[in-house]
Amino acid sequence: MVAQNIAFGIIAAITVAAAIGMVSTRNIVHAALFLVAVLGGLAANYVLLTAEFIATTQVLVYIGAVMVLFLFGIMLTRAPIGRIPRMTGATWPVAALSALALGGVTVYALVDRFGTDSLATDSRVFRTADVSDSVFSQYIIPFEAVSVLLLAALIGAVVLARRD
Amino acid sequence: MLLNQFLLLGALLFAVGVYGVLARRNGVMVLMSIELMLNAVNLNLVAFGVQHDVVSGQVFALFIIAVAAAEVGVGLAIVLLLYRNRKSIAVDEFDLMKG
Repeated sequence: MVAQNIAFGIIAAITVAAAIGMVSTRNIVHAALFLVAVLGGLAANYVLLTAEFIATTQVLVYIGAVMVLFLFGIMLTRAPIGRIPRMTGATWPVAALSALALGGVTVYALVDRFGTDSLATDSRVFRTADVSDSVFSQYIIPFEAVSVLLLAALIGAVVLARRD
Repeated sequence: MLLNQFLLLGALLFAVGVYGVLARRNGVMVLMSIELMLNAVNLNLVAFGVQHDVVSGQVFALFIIAVAAAEVGVGLAIVLLLYRNRKSIAVDEFDLMKG
């Protein structure tokens, strides 16, 4: 248990530092790399939570596919490589205040409600087979809906982005 | 391990994502911050799934990953379209619907 807590501390520190770096850096390619660090840290957290399939999917879909999309987006909009002078808008103090207020309220509510509740130590480990059994029996209708949603998003993206 | 350590990490990441969405001017950066918020929620779902000893948390997290992939595809297509029409993706320059 101690080893897991130490691992969590290291991973959480890296994740939060990378997230803050992502929203504060002036270089957009660095921001994308910081996002990779955040997503990798979250994948490590899923491993700590014994969610092996989610961790694998996180690496494949986010770090693999979504990040390539973002890098293509940066490339195709011809973002200047290097420091960008006005990366944050004039409203950033209001944005920081809102984020602080939201974070403060959420942290207070979580500490107040869950305090020092431990994670159930005797909970079962759900392997990939258990997840797939659940997806293809109990959640089959949402699964089909997601398939249609992905198809619609694919067609929508092609229709929006093609030149005509 | 405490349940709260994962929930608090999720809350912090969500707040950072909210700041990114509100403060950044670049459209691609706004989409990246939205991904950060969706990931923070995913962490909560998986943590609660472990806490309640159910597989549903992981299944919901999978669905959110799929929806987020669809969202980023359409979102980047919209950003590309904006860039093609206005030669800029600074979100504070788009105020056509302002009264």
